[in-house]
Amino acid sequence: MKISEKWLREWVDPDIQTQQLTELLTMAGLEVDSVAPVAHQFTNVVVGVVQSAVAHPDADKLRVCQVYDGKNTYQVVCGAANVRANLKVPFAQVGAEIIAEPGKPSLKIAATKIRGVQSNGMLCSAQELGITDASDGLLELDDAAQPGTDIRQFLQLEDKSIELDLTPNRGDCLGIMGLAREVGALTRHDVRIPEIAVVKATINDQFPIKISAPDACPRYLGRVVRGINLDAKTPEWMREKLRRCGLRSIDPIVDVTNFVLLELGHPMHAFDFAKLEGNIDVRFARPDETLTLLDGKEVKLAPETLLIADANKAVAIAGVMGGLATAVTENTTDVFLECAYFAPIAVAGKARAYGMHTDASHRYERGVDHQLQQRAMQRATELLLGIAGGAAGPVTETLGNLPAMVSIELRYRAINQLLGIEVPLADVRDILTRLGMHIAAEAANALTVAVPSYRFDITIEADLIEELARVYGYNRLPKTPGMMRQVLKARPETQLSLTRVRHHLVSLGYQEVVTYSFIDPVLSKTVNATAGQPIVLQNPISADMAVMRPSILAGLLATLKYNENRQQDRIRIFETGLVFNQTADGIRQTGQIAGLIYGRKHPNNWSNNKELVDYFDVKGDIENLLDLGGKANGYAFHPAQHPTFHPGQCAAVSSGGQTVGYVGALHPAIQRELGIDRATYLFELALDAVLKATLPKAVELSRYPEVHRDLAFVIDENFSSDQIQALIRKQTGEFLADLRIFDVYQGDAVAKNKKSIALGLTWQHPSRTLSDDEINTIISSCVNALHDKFNAELRT
Amino acid sequence: MADTDSLLAEALQAITNSSDEKSLESLRVHYLGKKGSLTAQLKNLGQLPPEQRPAAGEIINVAKRSIQEAIDTRQITLASASLADKLSRESIDVTLPGRRQSAGGLHPITITIEKITSIFASAGYDVAEGPEIEDDYHNFEALNIPGHHPARAMHDTFYVSPGTVLRTHTSPVQVRVMENGTPPFRMICPGRVYRCDSDLTHTPMFHQVEGLLIDEEVSFADLKGTVEDFLHAYFEEEMPVRFRPSYFPFTEPSAEVDMGCVACNGTGCRICGQSGWLEVMGCGMVHPHVLELSNIDSGKYRGFAFGMGVERLAMLRYGVSDLRTYFENDLRFLRQFN
Repeated sequence: MKISEKWLREWVDPDIQTQQLTELLTMAGLEVDSVAPVAHQFTNVVVGVVQSAVAHPDADKLRVCQVYDGKNTYQVVCGAANVRANLKVPFAQVGAEIIAEPGKPSLKIAATKIRGVQSNGMLCSAQELGITDASDGLLELDDAAQPGTDIRQFLQLEDKSIELDLTPNRGDCLGIMGLAREVGALTRHDVRIPEIAVVKATINDQFPIKISAPDACPRYLGRVVRGINLDAKTPEWMREKLRRCGLRSIDPIVDVTNFVLLELGHPMHAFDFAKLEGNIDVRFARPDETLTLLDGKEVKLAPETLLIADANKAVAIAGVMGGLATAVTENTTDVFLECAYFAPIAVAGKARAYGMHTDASHRYERGVDHQLQQRAMQRATELLLGIAGGAAGPVTETLGNLPAMVSIELRYRAINQLLGIEVPLADVRDILTRLGMHIAAEAANALTVAVPSYRFDITIEADLIEELARVYGYNRLPKTPGMMRQVLKARPETQLSLTRVRHHLVSLGYQEVVTYSFIDPVLSKTVNATAGQPIVLQNPISADMAVMRPSILAGLLATLKYNENRQQDRIRIFETGLVFNQTADGIRQTGQIAGLIYGRKHPNNWSNNKELVDYFDVKGDIENLLDLGGKANGYAFHPAQHPTFHPGQCAAVSSGGQTVGYVGALHPAIQRELGIDRATYLFELALDAVLKATLPKAVELSRYPEVHRDLAFVIDENFSSDQIQALIRKQTGEFLADLRIFDVYQGDAVAKNKKSIALGLTWQHPSRTLSDDEINTIISSCVNALHDKFNAELRT
Repeated sequence: MADTDSLLAEALQAITNSSDEKSLESLRVHYLGKKGSLTAQLKNLGQLPPEQRPAAGEIINVAKRSIQEAIDTRQITLASASLADKLSRESIDVTLPGRRQSAGGLHPITITIEKITSIFASAGYDVAEGPEIEDDYHNFEALNIPGHHPARAMHDTFYVSPGTVLRTHTSPVQVRVMENGTPPFRMICPGRVYRCDSDLTHTPMFHQVEGLLIDEEVSFADLKGTVEDFLHAYFEEEMPVRFRPSYFPFTEPSAEVDMGCVACNGTGCRICGQSGWLEVMGCGMVHPHVLELSNIDSGKYRGFAFGMGVERLAMLRYGVSDLRTYFENDLRFLRQFN
């Protein structure tokens, strides 16, 4: 909301500068966004009367004018289209200076010749004086302007427009009156609230009002005003006030209702009386009802929309906007003024639902004082008759169910408990009273406070205490270190911290990324082709951010592509976070960790080969990761099919018999579709599985020697290393301490479709030395079993 | 014993001429070994008359010792020459870069959340997390924001379905913890939040850390102390901190927190909009109605809550100028934090 400082000071004028005033408002929770002068800085600009304006001898568009400043007459050449005799305009005399922006070069007026004709000064437009952003011709001043009067004084330009960013609880400050009350309380300065100026009825015309929704519309005032002249011009002072509060002058009726809106914070509406039929009915919309609004937009009315209707039709959305059919036009002579209280709950969200936001809806949603309607109606009538003439009928008031007045007990003890400070009782009384509260009763340990009808935000004791704190000053309140009881908590060793996991991947050369949780539906399909329905946003920010990610891989692939396009040729990234899936039981949100590697195995280095990463690099990294929690958890890799992955290079990772993720090469078809240059290796695992740890259990070391044997054989290439190891473990007995594959070979030295595998086996007995015979027996049984089951031949 | 003398002379010459340890060793064997020439002379002593034997033996032994000494001396010379040669052959350019894995790193948002978390953890705060797709009740109603509330307009909510939203703040996590536990509570909730807004200063997803403390004797003074101490700890600098009244439906009293601009020390610059102050947090005393909605006796317990934007803190701390760069994940940007 934008207000004129001068206007505010008409109501309350504490002895402080603008800077202090705005600081005070900001620090009281009424945040000042900006302060701007209402005009450029300038000197020597006065009211001038154009006595004559004749054509320039050498220029079609210029006029040579004689301008009188109350003392002398000057010749001025002027190019404005609206310059004419008897016009009163701002006259920048020779020696005048106009500063549009401090620090920038100013405009200095000097005597000069324009196309050979002497010109002593300049006639100004509103734009040139910085009063408006744009203007069409000279600023035409009221006839009442006295020639020679300083323009700054005449237009009262020593003023600032203050832009406030008010929180939604302070609807009461959406007008000069409410703001003045606030400033009064903050500065402990009295506020001049004028008496209500009652405008007596001079005609008998009335229009019946029926309230069919008494909770939504607790009060409705109407008044007929006949015979107004809409050609009348809104006076300069009112137009200036409106302008400084950010509103344009339209016509006397709109200007008057806007003026009341700004002054009292009360929205009003004027209907063309000739177009209303029967009576006013405040009711909810009927099925399939429509209304064409003032802005020309036709809306289909939802049933919970509160309407102003006449006997036959909807004429306005209550508290939001009037209808076009009953709007005041240039031919209107009789109006019906509406001044109503609509309950916030009846208006809230309605404007937004129709894609609108109006000054009226903004105030009604936050709450308009339900005791203010009489004052607003009288003020509007007074102003309207003063400008546009006409005769007013009596005010018709119809009541619905007015809200109950709120009364709150404020315990002195509670103030101290909540704020940590004793506020002197005299201060408590003074602050509350100046805010418009009424102290209804005083007891030994508490006050009973009656809350005024405009403070919708005050319903409980804590609200009152906040008011005290606010006015007293948050920064004067004490500060304590917040000592609480000390609690020493267990940190279970069977649970890794996510921090540890992240740092581990960082050590493995991975860069963490953070990608959006909403992704492109096409990409979502790509990475999740087999899973269920994606979770779609109803109001996405854009079409390519419309579904919740079912997998982190989508974001990683997009990040890969983004960086590949920026000449990054070796990429190792990971991300952790939730993924989202629709299941029969509802939405499932699970924590995952996913990573991707691409490009060379090693960073570019003087000594490295240029080998590219492959499946075993990414697998090694996740083995490394899974080992963090202790190998005892047990995990395994099984050949698997997943649409995102290469069918021959994909493994499901299982832990405790459950599949907890996948690892493998990106499917070449997807790689091509995404335009990724090189093979890419991915993994995605459930965080639960990665974070599960085991408590280490120490065993005594054997003092007896290890026995080691190597075993190499040729076997059909289709047998997996898992199958081979499982078979061998069956034969090797309980004292096998280690089994590892140390070589795998396929090539010229072995037959086609065969591979050579070399295993290293280590045994150790806890309490004796194993004999060669024992070991030789085991080795023979391994060789026999390999031969019998897999047709493997010992390599010699 | 001319033989011995000439043998000695020959041996000493050969030792001097030997060029490596291997040939030196064969010389030792040749003269002093079991079948060596001097050893042979010793063996022949028996053929001399007994009275001559001691003198002749002495001459041979002297010769043996001389040869042994010459060999030892030569050995040292040759060994050190060969070591010197080996060392010279093995010397490398130690200034060449090491062979290593590339440096990975954490995203600045994670770095910031970890830093905030560790500061509060040191004071005994727990970390709580929760769902990002939330129901309307936990995101709004339980926080005193009913359906018609104007504050809903400030949230620009993403909807999954009517009644199901992407959480607009991490406060619903606090609600869930309160519902499922008993006071006192002391926790922070970091995480992703979503608002349907995208421009220079807004991304539709961003991160918050919200904190909550509920206990029997908690006042606004404790809140002020906690928030100020936190900011000093986070920025490692004792800048001024001020509290401005504000409005949040879930706290009463509510405050915005400004801190003296860390870029200009409060003198006014582009970053603080010439004001010398930076708005960094929102906070307040938990609204009694919010406590009651989560079955906490508001007559007995009070609490405070605070919340901050992670991206904003990281921007101020690390000089990031454009919010959107956080989510572009340009590796060249991210590597600056490694």
